[in-house]
Amino acid sequence: MKIGRRSFLSFVIGGAAGSAFTPLPWKLIDDSSIWSQNWPWTPVPSDGEYSQKNTVCTLCPGGCGITVRKVDDRAVKIEGMKGHPVNAGGICLLGLSGLQLLYGPTRVKSPLKRVGERGEGKWEKISWDEAISEVAKNLAEIRSQGESHAVGAIVNSDKGTVSNLFKRFLTAYGSPNFMTTPSIQDSYRMTISLMQEVNAQAGFDVENADFILSFGSGIIDGWGSPVRMFKANSAWKAEGKKVVQIESRLSNTAAKSDKWIPINPGTEAALALGLANVIITNSLDSKKISQSTGFESFKKLVQNEYSTDKVSKITGINSTAIVSLAKNFAQASKPLAICGKGQGSAPGSLDEFMAVHALNALVGNINEEGGVWAVSEPDYIKWSDPELDSVASTGVQKERIDGAGSEYLHATSLLNRFPEVINSGEGYPFKALFVSDANPLYSMPDSKAIKAAFKSIPFVVSFSSYMDETASNADLILPNHVYLERYEDVPTLAGLSKPIVGLARPVVKPQFNTKHVGDVIMLMAKALGGKIADAFPWDNYEACLKETLGIKWDALVENGFEFNGDKCMLEGDFNFYPEAMKSLSDFSPVSIEGSALSYPLILMPYDSIRLANGYIGDPPFAIKAVEDTVLKGKDAYVEVNPKTGKELGLTQGRHAFLYTPRGKAKVKVNLYEGIMPGIVALPRGLGHTAYDKYLADKGCNFNELIGSVEDQVSGLDAAWGIRARLTKV
Amino acid sequence: MKEEGKHKKAKKYGMVINLDACTGCGACMVACMAENNVPFKEDESNKLDSIAWMRVYKLTNGKSYPEADICYLPRPCMHCEGDHGHSPCVSVCPATATDYNHDTGIVSQIYTRCFGCRYCMVACPYHARYFNWWDPVWPEGSTKYLSPNVSPRMRGIVEKCSFCFHRYQLAMDKAYVEGRTVLEENEYQTSCTQACPAGAITFGDLNNPEHKVHQLAKPDNKHGGRPGNPNVFRLLERLGTNPKVYYMSSREWVRRAGDNYLGDEDFAKTHRH
Repeated sequence: MKIGRRSFLSFVIGGAAGSAFTPLPWKLIDDSSIWSQNWPWTPVPSDGEYSQKNTVCTLCPGGCGITVRKVDDRAVKIEGMKGHPVNAGGICLLGLSGLQLLYGPTRVKSPLKRVGERGEGKWEKISWDEAISEVAKNLAEIRSQGESHAVGAIVNSDKGTVSNLFKRFLTAYGSPNFMTTPSIQDSYRMTISLMQEVNAQAGFDVENADFILSFGSGIIDGWGSPVRMFKANSAWKAEGKKVVQIESRLSNTAAKSDKWIPINPGTEAALALGLANVIITNSLDSKKISQSTGFESFKKLVQNEYSTDKVSKITGINSTAIVSLAKNFAQASKPLAICGKGQGSAPGSLDEFMAVHALNALVGNINEEGGVWAVSEPDYIKWSDPELDSVASTGVQKERIDGAGSEYLHATSLLNRFPEVINSGEGYPFKALFVSDANPLYSMPDSKAIKAAFKSIPFVVSFSSYMDETASNADLILPNHVYLERYEDVPTLAGLSKPIVGLARPVVKPQFNTKHVGDVIMLMAKALGGKIADAFPWDNYEACLKETLGIKWDALVENGFEFNGDKCMLEGDFNFYPEAMKSLSDFSPVSIEGSALSYPLILMPYDSIRLANGYIGDPPFAIKAVEDTVLKGKDAYVEVNPKTGKELGLTQGRHAFLYTPRGKAKVKVNLYEGIMPGIVALPRGLGHTAYDKYLADKGCNFNELIGSVEDQVSGLDAAWGIRARLTKV
Repeated sequence: MKEEGKHKKAKKYGMVINLDACTGCGACMVACMAENNVPFKEDESNKLDSIAWMRVYKLTNGKSYPEADICYLPRPCMHCEGDHGHSPCVSVCPATATDYNHDTGIVSQIYTRCFGCRYCMVACPYHARYFNWWDPVWPEGSTKYLSPNVSPRMRGIVEKCSFCFHRYQLAMDKAYVEGRTVLEENEYQTSCTQACPAGAITFGDLNNPEHKVHQLAKPDNKHGGRPGNPNVFRLLERLGTNPKVYYMSSREWVRRAGDNYLGDEDFAKTHRH
């Protein structure tokens, strides 16, 4: 056949048209993309029966109700529980990432015994029987030497059955050294006890307040019960209520407030008293309080020592602003002043708490709608006192190692003093330490000191579910179930005006060879025998919990929460001028460590809701949500005002060395217009050395750069910053 | 059935984000990651390759201390309608892997069709699309929390916010079983909306005057959905992408940050509708 021009063209055109209409090429592209995506290593989540379970989140003290969505026996998503009195369906990013903690790589999967050096990471898996007998053997030996008082426990709070089982164990064993992680709750409790003479927690009726004056409290940065505060903040906005934020840095809270007033750091107490002066001088104070104890002395104090001009000099806020703030505050119908910086993880100066509390009393909002309530502590634990044998009764009589109740009369626990007392050799040598729901090696100020203290304690037992800093430096790890695997009562205070008790319950079966810490305490007691074993008459933790909660149990199982009781406000006479306030007769801010000469700047921490800084570290999702101006690669950013940056020759995004009297760190510089010149701000929550690769070795830990400053009255840590130097690399 | 369909108006799901209420807490980002099986890797601080369907940006007013101010802006996919469904990304996709659904107004992403050319990423003016440069790796045991409602993606494809379309499907399934064809406002909500502790996100049908989003944004469908509420704006409004995510702020500098304006341009004038 001859191929002519005509047949050639018809062949080409026909072929082109034909292939355009055939589905083959498109089918092949489609197939190849499908084929190239069907890799066996891409997981295909299995489907199954859907269900939901309600429980309580215990990742922070906030006490939010959560609903866990399940597919068969897998938990696939955590959501805020609808209608819960704390969070009403809302949830924070840490709560949302809870499943990464449950199923994540940081879990301790069975009891572990250290085989290498401490902190070396060499462990031997042991059985629970071995683990319990190991603890019992050590404890029996210490006890037989008459040193039962040299055994202590660090837990996250003194509320709830688990904490109280620990306390009971120590008492029956013969030690007074039950310590808790400090927070502003301690300062508030002490303030209320000094000024109102009742034992109560501070509750804030934020939902009903209409003028909120915050002395550096991170209302939307994680203060109090975080989700509740987020909700309150939105409601204030919607209803046109005013928020004034006093803070030297433009935090998220400051940015969202109606007015941000920068203040010289550490002078908040002076401002509170200066405002009190304006209020009293202009007769704007609530008339019902003029008969209160100490009012005349308080009046004299503020009028003589806290004149507007003087306060203006101290705080760096101009006089007109002080006067108008005082007037606006006093003339609001439901004013509320709150304090405790950032998330409130550092207790702070008691002066400041008393001054702010007095300011609240002055406008008559103590135990009033929209005010500060003295809220009774949960009282459902009604166990009879354990019977003590002779060793125990001698042991518990000994002074606490941290000086709480002796050197510092009002304090119940002073963990901040623990490292120094141990390291200086002032106290008795410590023999054994239990740590549960706490990570002091990371979260306590002056990491070096606390590490040294731990080193000198021969037997450290961690109950952590995760391989955190404290667990990795322990001798024995007896891993607890994760909150989603266990029953536990969760009494929530965290500034709630109507405190509740929540019930955490197992959502999934325990994933690993872990045991409920409550059960472990009972097993330890049983192994020790005698009166110690008798102190725990329950079969197991669940039985103990059911019995303790009594009639509350059914309601808790049904709803997941229960209010503490209708009447939760404790009335007491308000004392405006307790003895402890005399230190304010001549104001000086809490001194911070370091000389201004060699350390010209001030380093302050800041809290971000995206960075967990307590005993839980950021899970992968949370750390992923951290901004690249906070963390970049392995470097944390410090915030510096561009003016200060210019003076020091620092440029945006470049490395710098940060020195404080306690330590040094390599950081990156973020020139930020929202910070007072002369201040360096570093976020809390970075610089972990433990956990997984998603969190470890990223940024630096603020606690390694700061020391603790003892408050003269409370003994709690009053440090709000430390002097620092920043030099370019 | 056909008769019924005729009278049923097409839905246009959209969002109004109240930037006055948004606290920048990041719950929306994580709620999205947890809902949609979004992967994570060791270092996520390079935000160019860090997959975040919902990303919260920080805006600053550019002023010096103490006049400085910041505002957070959550950015999901804008689900642009463009002109009659010609959204920037849909128009360029050679594989029909992304598609504009005229019933819901949702811009889909069909992973198995996508072959990773990334035209759509270039076309999207909002950086809402992310490319899987690597195969996702979940640490041992962590695949247990993966949701069966959203398929995990693999190396070489693009992904983005779907307005939690699987939630729409589940809600519709439920409605059909109960003999309904119309969803209640609260039956279909995205994961970020549900999680937001500040209640800053409102989600619903922009075409339904009874839905809160409609009341807040007051969209003018005759003029490309422009907001009728003077405090409401859309990102890069003047590009004509006709996005379905609206932002609300009482602060002028924030509203101004939503688009590019010349230095001497009268913002109030150009922003007027």
